[in-house]
Amino acid sequence: MSSVGHKKPLIWDYLTTVDHKKIAILYLIAGGLFFLVGGMEALFIRIQLIKPDNTFLVGDAYNQVLTMHGTTMIFLAAMPLIFAFFNAIVPLQIGARDVAFPFLNALGFWLFFFGGIFLNLSWFLGGAPDAGWTSYATLALASKSHGVDFYLLGLQVSGIGTLAGGINFLATIINMRAPGMTYMRMPLFTWTVFVTSALILFAFPALTIGLALLMFDRLFGTAFFDASLGGNSMIFEHLFWIFGHPEVYILVLPAFGIFSDIIPAFSKKRLFGYSSMVFATVLIGFLGFMVWAHHMFTDGLGAVANAIFAVATMAIAVPTGVKIFNWLLTIWGGQVRFTTAMLWSVAFIPSFVLGGVTGIMNAAAPADYQFHDSYFVVAHFHYVIVGGVVFGLFAGAHYWWPKMFGKILNEKLGILTFILFFIGFHLTFFIQHFLGLMGMPRRYFTYLPGQGLDTGNLISSVGAAFMGVATIVLLINVVYTAVKGEKAEGDAWGVGRTLEWAISSPAPEYNFAQIPYVRGLDALWVEKMDGNGKMTPAEPLGDIHMPNSSILPFVMSLGLFIASFGALYNDGLKNHTAVGVLILGLVITFGCMFLRSWIDDHGYHIHKEDLADEGVKA
Amino acid sequence: MKHWRLVSLISLIAVILSGCVGNPNQSTLIPQGEVAEMQYELMKLSTIIMVFVVAVVTVLFLYVVVKFRHRKGEEDVIPKQVEGSHTLELLWTIIPVILLIILAVPTVSQTFKLSDEKQIAKDEKKKDAIVVNVNAHLFWWEFEYPKSKIVTSQDMIIPVGKKVILNLKGEDIKHSFWVPSLAGKIDTNVEGTNRMWLSADKEGTYNGFCAEFCGPSHSLMQFKVKAVSQEEYDQWLVSMKDQKGQAVTADASEGEKIFQQSCIGCHAADANDTRPPAARLAPNLANFGDREMVAGIAENTEANVKKWLKDPESMKPGNLMTGKYGELSDDEINALTAYLESLKIAK
Repeated sequence: MSSVGHKKPLIWDYLTTVDHKKIAILYLIAGGLFFLVGGMEALFIRIQLIKPDNTFLVGDAYNQVLTMHGTTMIFLAAMPLIFAFFNAIVPLQIGARDVAFPFLNALGFWLFFFGGIFLNLSWFLGGAPDAGWTSYATLALASKSHGVDFYLLGLQVSGIGTLAGGINFLATIINMRAPGMTYMRMPLFTWTVFVTSALILFAFPALTIGLALLMFDRLFGTAFFDASLGGNSMIFEHLFWIFGHPEVYILVLPAFGIFSDIIPAFSKKRLFGYSSMVFATVLIGFLGFMVWAHHMFTDGLGAVANAIFAVATMAIAVPTGVKIFNWLLTIWGGQVRFTTAMLWSVAFIPSFVLGGVTGIMNAAAPADYQFHDSYFVVAHFHYVIVGGVVFGLFAGAHYWWPKMFGKILNEKLGILTFILFFIGFHLTFFIQHFLGLMGMPRRYFTYLPGQGLDTGNLISSVGAAFMGVATIVLLINVVYTAVKGEKAEGDAWGVGRTLEWAISSPAPEYNFAQIPYVRGLDALWVEKMDGNGKMTPAEPLGDIHMPNSSILPFVMSLGLFIASFGALYNDGLKNHTAVGVLILGLVITFGCMFLRSWIDDHGYHIHKEDLADEGVKA
Repeated sequence: MKHWRLVSLISLIAVILSGCVGNPNQSTLIPQGEVAEMQYELMKLSTIIMVFVVAVVTVLFLYVVVKFRHRKGEEDVIPKQVEGSHTLELLWTIIPVILLIILAVPTVSQTFKLSDEKQIAKDEKKKDAIVVNVNAHLFWWEFEYPKSKIVTSQDMIIPVGKKVILNLKGEDIKHSFWVPSLAGKIDTNVEGTNRMWLSADKEGTYNGFCAEFCGPSHSLMQFKVKAVSQEEYDQWLVSMKDQKGQAVTADASEGEKIFQQSCIGCHAADANDTRPPAARLAPNLANFGDREMVAGIAENTEANVKKWLKDPESMKPGNLMTGKYGELSDDEINALTAYLESLKIAK
């Protein structure tokens, strides 16, 4: 740890931290826990569907599990886990000492965390949301329990956190790059984070508006989406998908970035077609906003709308295809070392291609009238989200684990996880394409004997068990590595090309004792090839300005958490206790905002004499 | 039988393939009507293109990961750092564009063909046009034949080989109408009516589903489409006009009394129900005895009818019938069952 003497208890340290590396660990732990919860829910779903007419989990109970599986995996597992890597790696890759707004960064995490906890408390407070992760308005308004309200409030709170995170990384990447780190020298992971952050900035407000209007309809007596009172529920679908489709790219672009860093590293070759990769990323991000209505082909929007959105959707295949071939050509002529991280990365290519091509099949609107809301679509988006995003997260976790924790995850266990998960994944989801084509609708808790769906569902459930076991092996690996793992080098894999590998593992508190000078793409590789082996500093050794830690982000988020309970039980403002709780929560939050504005916080300095023991070496 | 190996191999393949294409009454892969056939053609075209793409990527993928794997003794080899190749990058931009155009052209043309409102309006005006209003309710389907002014539910009867025009609407929340063998789905919105058409090539009973998540019994919101010959269909329409829900046997008339007391608040047993759709709170039972299923999901047997009447919740969670009609004794349930099963055209 840093030699500055301000030792604090570990818990307090993490509750108050504004250090991007510790926030990354918080995101990783919280996202990992929610991933396990979402995984359990997935297993319950597959147990129910293992045979026809099963009674393990039926009716509304099944719908709750199904809703929470989707919601948890997207908002509470995949999002925070990509944010874990944003935080852990981006400042290091651009040669910065922290993100642009460290306080906001902590606030973003705690908002997400309290939103997620609030949502999951619904299990114990009268039932979880049961209207699907899409929460279409007519169904959501008809849902009787408070579940949907937990969904609406929890996601609004955590959504503010995500939006804050997106803005923070935009500002960080624009402003905090080291000297010489031009845009076209940024590692591709940083590029994808940049584009993703822009997508967050434009997509999340649409969701927030949709959720807020629906919340007003449910809790405060408005009728934005109630057709019988002159509202229109289709507007919610549009708002949801104007967010929802870019959300897919918000998740998968960073995964693309992870692969684009790992594949060159372990092939010992620079990324093939770097400029076209950057251009493809930007183009995918842009087109991602133009295609939302392909989720609504069966709504009856009419031939013109369906045709336009069909063709626009197909267009996305072009930049995505460019990426696939660039990755393959990066491996071409390389010296490929199959570490666990690399295995996940190469396995991603064919897996994701399967998800991509079924996406194009879905884009053919008349064919989609058959595919839509059937298991074909379930198979498609799991190929994209598991085969793309989850593979990316696993790859990134193995690749950057030493940079985050100072130890390399055990490779034997890692490969075992990979094999089990890879088999389980394809076993579970490949057959689901056929289940859908054979007429199995999505979100069905049962199917009848004699519909020809028995074998496929059994195979699918067996596959899910494989993925479950693989996840357990991963957990064992994490514990084993924490106890037995050996300390990793700064350049942990010996093949590092980018700046994060130029400093010690884990990175010191201030990241770079001296901000490095970047002389080209793959900054560290350039120095290695020139025989320097380390970065040239861009500044003399000096005192380092650091932000103070603060409990305010935690308390500010806690305030919104408390206020959410008040809003949930307000009962048309008739429940005075609840209204009091709502006001109390808001007072806490706004009070913290006032304190934050009122108190001057100039941070502190780490003196250069204190750096000398470790900083310069790194 | 010299070719027994070949024969057995072919039959084995046939068995495996039939496992992959599913049940002929509900598989999109065994289309049984014009719309489903058109869509199947597009599905096949897109599949062929996509299998080609997957094959190219897979071959290239296997080649690079095998050929360029790291070998012992090459630890210090630094491969050539290739920046990129404009030729290659152009190639894999242009080829996908061409493939997509091949797919986009039939996609767009079919999209317009399938939802050609003018054509549907023109067809509807024809004298012998067959029009069915589909009203979706929390967890059941109503089929109204506006030209004959009759109402039925759960089993939609259509004549074989005829274009059937559907006007679809959700009466409470949004549902979606899907008969995989006959046509792709369309949503039944609460805001307005959607239109589609379908047809069946041959007689048969096809499985239909609700395909828009609608609550606890979404999975059980199933229905049937029965395609019958034109004569049978015409006869059915005529007979339905006479279905007024009168009991014909002594047993059944006991049940009719109970029906008039306990069930009539929501259900009608008269096919000539002239109330507006929103007032028809529960499935019309005029031809209940003819229906394939009880509550859309259990075979139409006396035992299942009794089970349903005793405790609908156990068969269809969240249904709107539970708790609406008081407790029925076993005798009452028996009488009611006899009455309901007597409501059929072929008496």
